Amino acid sequence: MALKNGWELVVGLEVHCELATNTKIFCSCANQFGDEPNTNICPVCLGLPGSLPVLNHMAVEFAMRIGSALHCRVEPSIFHRKNYFYPDMPKDYQVSQNDEPINVDGYLELPDGFRVGIERAHMEEDTGKTQHMGSSGRIHGANYSLVDYNRAGVPLVEIVSRPDIRTAEQAKAYVAELRSILVATGASNGKMEEGSLRVDANVSVRQPGHEYGTRCEIKNLNSLRSLTRAIEYEANRQIDLREAGERIVQETRHWNEEDGRTSSMRSKEEAMDYRYFPEPDLVPIAPSAEWVAAVRDALPLMPADRRRLLSEATGGELAPGSDPIVTIVDQGLDALVLGAVAHGGDGRRAVNRVANEVVTAEQGARLNIAGFAALLVMEAQAKLTSTQAKAVLVEMMETQASDPAAIATARGFQAMDSGVAETLVDELIAAHPAEFERLRAGDTKVAGFFVGAAMKASGGKADGKLVTGLLRQRAGL
Amino acid sequence: MSERLTRADVVHVARLARLTLGDAEVQSFTLELADILAHAHDVASLDTAGVVPTAHPLPLVNVLRADVIRPGVDRTEVLAMAPWAEDDRFRVPKILGETT
Repeated sequence: MALKNGWELVVGLEVHCELATNTKIFCSCANQFGDEPNTNICPVCLGLPGSLPVLNHMAVEFAMRIGSALHCRVEPSIFHRKNYFYPDMPKDYQVSQNDEPINVDGYLELPDGFRVGIERAHMEEDTGKTQHMGSSGRIHGANYSLVDYNRAGVPLVEIVSRPDIRTAEQAKAYVAELRSILVATGASNGKMEEGSLRVDANVSVRQPGHEYGTRCEIKNLNSLRSLTRAIEYEANRQIDLREAGERIVQETRHWNEEDGRTSSMRSKEEAMDYRYFPEPDLVPIAPSAEWVAAVRDALPLMPADRRRLLSEATGGELAPGSDPIVTIVDQGLDALVLGAVAHGGDGRRAVNRVANEVVTAEQGARLNIAGFAALLVMEAQAKLTSTQAKAVLVEMMETQASDPAAIATARGFQAMDSGVAETLVDELIAAHPAEFERLRAGDTKVAGFFVGAAMKASGGKADGKLVTGLLRQRAGL
Repeated sequence: MSERLTRADVVHVARLARLTLGDAEVQSFTLELADILAHAHDVASLDTAGVVPTAHPLPLVNVLRADVIRPGVDRTEVLAMAPWAEDDRFRVPKILGETT
């Protein structure tokens, strides 16, 4: 969607990803969403005096996987304390990586081939969960707050994009693609609704060719829908201000899903000053070249690679970013398509059938790959019409049947399979030896007699081409 | 670092740290912090080209722990020590609009 009056949107995204570790980043408390409040807490994540953090090996491993998948360089890194007063962290600081993050300078490729730069993907700890109590139920006007520290210390990787995104749709595509990548690495369960993936958007507008405008950071984007709505709202708010000759104030703004508006979140009396300093209780992370290589080599195929493979399976007839291929990768149905192709099915037909008829992973799991391939072959050989093939496919998924020919026969769809045709041809040869001798002698016109007889005998289901071929073979022509 | 630390700087830093300082304390901290910064300035003026930065005083990297769950502390016991608790959670004063 283009903005009004020639304004250009500039968006950079910060995505917080909770890592799918068993334990928290600096202590051995369970990292478990949905548990009873304050049941996964210990002296470390409560910030009790004398407690010391020890870094979780798996959190580092996941962070490296994310960095590798995003084509970042994995670098030696250290942790910092980000100091602030807010009861979501009992220590009054959050341990994060500031100027020496573990992953730097990568990119994410969208299905259409557009690359969004990744500035960094650093490690930090999540904060506790606050609930604001009072008449409004919101932070403004709350009388007091209740805090659950189960989430305090859950490992996060924050992925910071460069301000390369130019439309709300692109922002949505970026988050969707990033989510697929994070899930593919095993680092995340990708559940936005549980807060496993949280997105902040830095939004500004400018006239093309001009310098970046002042940006605002939009928080509370809990779904892809919120993300696009909030970006569009915020862009128009800034355009209206600029066109009225007013200045944009750099600030953090809260997206309200019900109102469909953003509003200023923090008072500006005291600019945020986090006084970062190196965390003295943690030593640097310096992964060896071997470790970095092992992590990179163990990564499964990423969605972009899988889309490319599927495109190749169609002989390039469908682009990697085409809708059916994107759907198949989203649903993890690649194996069905590639398996069907390996069994002789046509790639393009396989992609379209899977994207349009199979659609979901659950349905795909009910389908026998060899049977699916056989169905594609039947359709390609014109033994079934497109409508018949779809009906057979639906029944194969409903009954988990593996033989499409049997279903086609039972439904009276079939033309005739080659085994039946062979028997028929042999019977006709035996019944008409004189005609067959003429054929053997080279009188090919007699073939028409046999085809006619085969049609009659099969009630019109015989494939003329197939019968002719079999006759010529039997006659040694 | 050439400018001397001012009283206003000390008041600002004290507010960030939620410290309430009396006039005499502001006065003495202004002098003490200025001395500390002057020392840091002396160190910063050394030629460190070719010196590898020290990330941590301990010569260690990759001190890591296996990702295995261990029991933490009992909620009842912890909440009993909190100044205020409600509904199995820590109760804290309202967050925004606080006075400093």
